[in-house]
Amino acid sequence: MRKATLVLAATLLSGTAAASAGGGESWSSWHADTDINSKASLQRGARNFVNYCLGCHSLQYVRYNRIAQDLELTEEQLKDSLMFTGERPFDFVLSAMPAADAETWFGRAPPDLSLIARFKGTDYLYRYLKTFYVDESKATGVNNLALENAAMPHVLADLQGLQKAIFVLEKHVEAGQEKMLRRFDHFESAAPGRLSEAEYDAFVNDLVNFLDYAAEPVRAQREQLGIWVVLFLIVFTLLAWALKKEIWKDVH
Amino acid sequence: MGTSSEQMTGTNGGRLAALNRWFDARFPAHKLIREHVSEYYAPKNFNFWYYFGSLAIVVLVIQVITGIFLAMSYTPSDTEAFQSIEYIMRDVEWGWLIRYLHSTGASAFFIVVYLHMFRALLYGSYKAPRELLWIIGMLIYVALMAEGFFGYVLPWGNMSYWGAQVIVSLFGAIPGIGEGLAEWIRGDYSISDITLNRFFALHVVAVPLLLIALVVAHILALHEVGSNNPDGVEIKKHKKPDGTPLDGIPFHPYYTYKDLVGTGFFLILFAIVVFFAPTLGGYFLEPPNFEPANPLNTPEHIAPVWYFTPYYAILRAVPDKLVGAILMGLAIALFFFLPWLDRCKVKSVRYRGWIYKLFLAAFAVSFLVLMYLGLQPAQGTYVILARIFTAVYFAFFLLMPIYTQLEKTKPVPERVTFHA
Repeated sequence: MRKATLVLAATLLSGTAAASAGGGESWSSWHADTDINSKASLQRGARNFVNYCLGCHSLQYVRYNRIAQDLELTEEQLKDSLMFTGERPFDFVLSAMPAADAETWFGRAPPDLSLIARFKGTDYLYRYLKTFYVDESKATGVNNLALENAAMPHVLADLQGLQKAIFVLEKHVEAGQEKMLRRFDHFESAAPGRLSEAEYDAFVNDLVNFLDYAAEPVRAQREQLGIWVVLFLIVFTLLAWALKKEIWKDVH
Repeated sequence: MGTSSEQMTGTNGGRLAALNRWFDARFPAHKLIREHVSEYYAPKNFNFWYYFGSLAIVVLVIQVITGIFLAMSYTPSDTEAFQSIEYIMRDVEWGWLIRYLHSTGASAFFIVVYLHMFRALLYGSYKAPRELLWIIGMLIYVALMAEGFFGYVLPWGNMSYWGAQVIVSLFGAIPGIGEGLAEWIRGDYSISDITLNRFFALHVVAVPLLLIALVVAHILALHEVGSNNPDGVEIKKHKKPDGTPLDGIPFHPYYTYKDLVGTGFFLILFAIVVFFAPTLGGYFLEPPNFEPANPLNTPEHIAPVWYFTPYYAILRAVPDKLVGAILMGLAIALFFFLPWLDRCKVKSVRYRGWIYKLFLAAFAVSFLVLMYLGLQPAQGTYVILARIFTAVYFAFFLLMPIYTQLEKTKPVPERVTFHA
């Protein structure tokens, strides 16, 4: 495929004429800034999840009391900040929304998020939650750069606000045929949210951090234990090596 | 170093000695230990490449023990398998560790076995009188591939499902009986609960039994003919007056302690993966397998685990499915014929000509490149590269009877080279 130069610049959604040539935000190389060892971030992330995601998405393999234990929450704190509908501490984190209804409302049942961070990666989740944009052609009124035609509405619009995506049209030559393809250039704010850009960024990072934790709750413990295991094995190997040298002394 | 049975069982009376004598008269425990450990004479010049045999046994033991514990909590059912793995990862005490040891062990097994096999290519360990030893080893390799394949299906992730679908459908390419055979293997028209259950049975009972039996046979055959060594000379040709080889040392204590050091090094690397990178960047545990099996949702890009990808690349290098499958089978089968394809009298690469060194290097490179290509989508340059390196792969075997006769070899020493 030969890629021709940027020929036409047109805005698809807003009237404002266009973007500096060659520019464009590279949302596809954004990285999540998460730290599985930050209990404070995980606690905020758990709160964000319960407040904004649990309405539709479950964590069917995660138990409430496991979260409390790993995130250093007391049972009181657990009940006050994470459990609102009379669950018991050992219950799994399940959404109250019936799957059949969800399918009718959204076209597909919202996926379980227990393992989403291991399946899609934290960077993907971060990009997904940051790249909703206004698209009047969709039933939800929004579309997404990371997941085109996402069925999910922008439930965080209240926090982030709404943004317009500005696209430019580029001419591509493929097998001798000219094709116009649109390329994302930058975002423009359409309606402000309750959070500043930096605050929303932190909100998303905490949430992604929590999902990363939920995908493998044992990770922090695994890495801590690993240091001791490797240190032990190094000492063991050195001793074995000294023993071998001693035994092999008489081999000439 | 010969320890007589008197010394071992003790001559100074005592109850323990009496028990020992009673036992020895009824079971050849001491005899077996003498023959295979304390009085098995191995060449003293083993180098780095000779650690991988004992390491393969270490990994086998890890897999058997962790496998037993996994089977205690795993449920082979299409509705519960995926969930039971997460149950092991989250709710079973130390379940996560057992599972990561087993999943890392699977990849480690192939790394160790590939290096073990490459050692044989380097030093001509497949040549007379070790042809049967080599063939038993190859049978172990084939059994291991079956074991790895069945095991990969059990977590019932989406890649498990579609990987199984692709591999079993290869049998469908066989003319006439193909479709029926594939259906017989699956027990169904597509991969299903029935398939999962039989793969579980094969993975935890049938293939491990076969593997262990073959490993025993491999060791018995090895101890019958004696170990080769980096110089490729037979140590049995020069013996001490007591009949033991001049260049041989008893396996115990010399190699038991040396292998302990190798095992230590191996376990350090193994633990680093288990504790700090159990998915190894998506190569040991693949991201699409963290999504449950879904017959309606094909992953964007189906690729087998890394240890099968050289053969997968060969399969895809050919446009015709049947020819591709035949080449893939042949790529494995040709290993069995190595002892007869290689016409050179000299065993070790140390004393062989440049032609063999060149072909061996080209083969090793083609194996690694094909391994990489098997992980990539089959399009454009990748397909062309796969064809080129498939040709190199087969040239190593098929031209062998010719180039091994043209080699100008160096003189082989009478005794092993060893610097204490």
